[in-house]
Amino acid sequence: MRPVAISVDAPEVSRDLRRKAGYTYTFLSDPKAEVIRRYDLLHAGAGMNGQDIARPAEFLLDASGVVRWVNLTEDYRVRARPEQMIEAAKALP
Amino acid sequence: MAITERRWNWHLWAGFLFCLAGFATLPLFARFPVTRDVPWVNFLFLVAGLALLVLGLRRAFGQPEQYRGKIAGSILGTLSLLVLGAFCFIVFYQTRQLPASGGAPRIGQTAPEFVLPDTDNHPVSLSALLSSPLSQTRTSPKGVLLVFYRGYW
Repeated sequence: MRPVAISVDAPEVSRDLRRKAGYTYTFLSDPKAEVIRRYDLLHAGAGMNGQDIARPAEFLLDASGVVRWVNLTEDYRVRARPEQMIEAAKALP
Repeated sequence: MAITERRWNWHLWAGFLFCLAGFATLPLFARFPVTRDVPWVNFLFLVAGLALLVLGLRRAFGQPEQYRGKIAGSILGTLSLLVLGAFCFIVFYQTRQLPASGGAPRIGQTAPEFVLPDTDNHPVSLSALLSSPLSQTRTSPKGVLLVFYRGYW
């Protein structure tokens, strides 16, 4: 399973985060929130300075790109935990 | 009657400090899932703080000849209630104000294709993420986990 993180952060911001935190997986930048909008995950004006950002959401896709598991939290403090996502990934064909 | 020195009502100040600590440490404990999903450590601080304040206020108003703190206790008690209110507002209301996302891809649907730059500014497509081999196994992944996050803006 391949994890991919997506946010409105610029590539440089994500690069710093990745380096500092030691993450090895892919980080993608969507500064204009185009993909975030396409996935209907826009949290308008919720950024620190009123920018449009993504609401937290996790999608597990199978190899053909079909959604197998979704987590749309109701509280942005509460995101999916790694165990949950690993458990969901085990069910992939 | 001789005026005796009334004792310092430390419960009031400790209670207020506990309430402040419970509120101020919310971002700290939000870093760990075990104290984030339900902020029980913060609640413990707040409950302890309010209990101390109640104790202090009972002393201040019940035994005013022995303990000080009628005025300070009223002010600190009010401030603590405001802190508690702000805490509850954030935890039970503010962080739950999320858009409905009714149009988000559902189970069984194909996730929409996209192309976005990675941290090296190389464009990466969803189809490439689904098909390109993983570096560890050199086989294509069983799946892709898309994690949308708020970011640091």
